Amino acid sequence: MSGRSAGFRFIPGGTTIEETAVDYQLIIKVAPFFAKAAWSTVVVSFLSFALGLSIAFPAAFCRLSQNRFLQIPARVYVSVFRGTPCLIQLFVIYFGGPQIGIQLEPFMAGVLGLGINIGSYMTESIRGAILAVSRGQTEASRSLGLNKFQTMRKVVLPQAAGLMISPLGVNTIALIKGSSLVSAISVLELAYTAHRFTNSTYRPFEMFILASTFYLVIITLTSKAIRNLNGRFAYEK
Amino acid sequence: MQGLEFSVVFENMNILLHGMFWTVVLCSSASLLSIVVAVVLAMTGISKLKPLRSATFFFLWVFRGTPLLLQLFLFYFGLPQIGLYLSPIITGIIGLTLHFGVYNADVLRAGILGVETGQHEASRSLGLSYFQTMRKVIIPQALRNVSPAVGNNLIALLKESSLVSIITVPELTLSAQRAISETFRPFEFYFAAGALYYVVNWGLEFILQRVEARTALTR
Repeated sequence: MSGRSAGFRFIPGGTTIEETAVDYQLIIKVAPFFAKAAWSTVVVSFLSFALGLSIAFPAAFCRLSQNRFLQIPARVYVSVFRGTPCLIQLFVIYFGGPQIGIQLEPFMAGVLGLGINIGSYMTESIRGAILAVSRGQTEASRSLGLNKFQTMRKVVLPQAAGLMISPLGVNTIALIKGSSLVSAISVLELAYTAHRFTNSTYRPFEMFILASTFYLVIITLTSKAIRNLNGRFAYEK
Repeated sequence: MQGLEFSVVFENMNILLHGMFWTVVLCSSASLLSIVVAVVLAMTGISKLKPLRSATFFFLWVFRGTPLLLQLFLFYFGLPQIGLYLSPIITGIIGLTLHFGVYNADVLRAGILGVETGQHEASRSLGLSYFQTMRKVIIPQALRNVSPAVGNNLIALLKESSLVSIITVPELTLSAQRAISETFRPFEFYFAAGALYYVVNWGLEFILQRVEARTALTR
């Protein structure tokens, strides 16, 4: 397997511990490692988000295009990447890549896999928002003499922008949680750190509480930011 | 560079199909149980008792805000810590059930609140108790209204079920890994596993469409 190893190595049945009280000192001791790992979760998520969005916009336009040569590939992309597990996609890229001459570092493979995966969901969010802008808007602006691109850029997209924020927000939250999957290809982020410390200390509850706290903070802040952004775009009636 | 050789996949197809069988078993039991969990959580979420309501919201917030992978770690390592030694498959089912039960509870709660209050009043005045009203009048209507959203969650469940391979449940993803450790052909086997997931996904979507058409109101 070209010397690549999976991120996880479990010791089955290795967890027999009598003590059940929460060990707070241990939590304080390992917290700095988790904070660092939380930062890499943020970085991985942000880069994948950027990649996903930059795939999703062109893909959404292709999907909406009348031209079959643009529409069909976009359709296949969305269907395949939404129809198969993200974990499998990551494995194909990371473990299968070297077989077809693409040898990526875990971090790169992780960002690429997550980005392409979330891009397919974002494509549908963007397409939905564009389709939700009433047809009359396009007709009116075309009849006022604007061409197709001007209509899209100046009339449809500004209105669709507000509509796509909350579905894209849902995708983003899913992406942050999904970023834990890159731990399976040994990217050192929150879930991988939690797993490593669980293996070395046999204190799953403490590690879960710690990692969960970081995830909850990241996710709560992100959803707050999305809600703010959504409020700003809200159509005033 | 090794080049691709898909014939090995067909030689080891029985390993993958065996895994696929377990994926289907795992997903169908977790799906059904997650709906049961959702009903319970939705009921406690709209309960009149404030402590029960707050506890439910806290539980939902934590389970929605953390990744499934972490929850699976907790169950895999944590349950033996409190003296519960369960097989990986059962642990996987528990993990998927709770994770998606929470998502379904959210959807279902909105569905219950969406059923007209008149329905509740009418059935109470006909002499049904609160629980009878819920069980026979409100929840069936709520489930029908939210069936598309629940369906989406079940499709997500199928895909996320690949994660339980990490806690050594012998389903499709782990079968692919086993085949790879014998043949050293990761690309072919992960690709094949992906194709099989795609097929199961297709089947599930078909079933969900049928269910939706069956339960839809004829207006």
